[in-house]
Amino acid sequence: MSAPAWRRQVIYNPAEPGWWDEAVAPHFADLAAARAMAPRLGLDPALFDGPVARLSSGERQRLGLIRALTLRPKGLLLDEPTGALDEDNTALAEALLRAHRAAGVSIVLVTHSEAQAARFASSHLRMADRRLV
Amino acid sequence: MTPILLSPFDIAIAAVLIVLDAGLSVGLRLRLHRQLAIAATRMVVQLVLIGFVLRAVFAIASPLVTLAVILVMVAIAGTEVASRPEQRLGRFGNYIVGATSVSLATFLTAILALTTAIRPSPWYDAHYAVPLAGIILGNVLNGASLALDSLLGGVLREKAAIEAQLVLGASFRRAMRGLVRTSVRRALLPIINQMSAAGIITLPGIMTGQILAGMDPLEAAKYQILLMFLLSGGSGLAAVAVVYLAAARLTDDRQRLRLDRLLRKG
Repeated sequence: MSAPAWRRQVIYNPAEPGWWDEAVAPHFADLAAARAMAPRLGLDPALFDGPVARLSSGERQRLGLIRALTLRPKGLLLDEPTGALDEDNTALAEALLRAHRAAGVSIVLVTHSEAQAARFASSHLRMADRRLV
Repeated sequence: MTPILLSPFDIAIAAVLIVLDAGLSVGLRLRLHRQLAIAATRMVVQLVLIGFVLRAVFAIASPLVTLAVILVMVAIAGTEVASRPEQRLGRFGNYIVGATSVSLATFLTAILALTTAIRPSPWYDAHYAVPLAGIILGNVLNGASLALDSLLGGVLREKAAIEAQLVLGASFRRAMRGLVRTSVRRALLPIINQMSAAGIITLPGIMTGQILAGMDPLEAAKYQILLMFLLSGGSGLAAVAVVYLAAARLTDDRQRLRLDRLLRKG
């Protein structure tokens, strides 16, 4: 399997998603699905019509998650997916991720929050002093 | 009409103007008189030397010698292209990319012109091949160095944007598309400016030279038009070659962005 084909199935979503266009909309392959998903993360669908520069870090993080999910991956590698979110939006993001997990998406998630790990994970590994314990 | 030949005395009169510049530098304390003197001397020595070299090359009239002279010129241009950007591709990447693209673009356009439009006999006659290669090289050098500088600088600046596309499964070629376009576009702007200014804002060098040498202005214009086409073709070829060769060195068989292969100058 070619590397890009693999990356389409197992998507890595960094803590700070990158943007390659000034406008928000061109980043989404399936814009209709992305707009439909936005309210589930507490986002105004009008954000899709604006520029990336006007997004807050929390909005970027949630839009990055939507961008990855609407590509319908089989696996997701998430680095601090809720690091820039408040409690309410973290709960929304976890609910959305749970729904995708229930639909068969495998998720590997890195978090600093032990509470999140306890709430969310089916199994978890702890890293301390540069070692998995 | 035959060209008017200059005597050393004629040139000496013009040299008074350099002395005038030096006087200005002293009077206004510009501290430029030293540099001015060195640059003027260098210029005279370099041009007289190349005059002798070309006279010898024309006299020998051997295709091998002609080729050797052009290869030296190409190698120097390739080094110039390589040293322009602030970044270095590892394993002599800048030099390989610079020399390959410059020689490809120069040889293709020069041979095309010599075998189809100008057609001296033989087609590799040094009287035509060397000056033609020289003028194409100048423009190819310009285009290629702008393209390489733009690509290597841009890939660092746009790392996040390129990697964002890669992690979502875009091919490396696709993720680099915007930067490739910007770099080739930047390389082509100078020749577009030259063509739009030609004849209105500037009288291009070749045309001026041919007119001074006694050629009919319309014939000189035709030469200049042919050259402009060659120069734009050469710049375009060189820019595209530079950009694709350099981009290929920034990735691997897993289509990652390998910025570890890009080193700072120095």
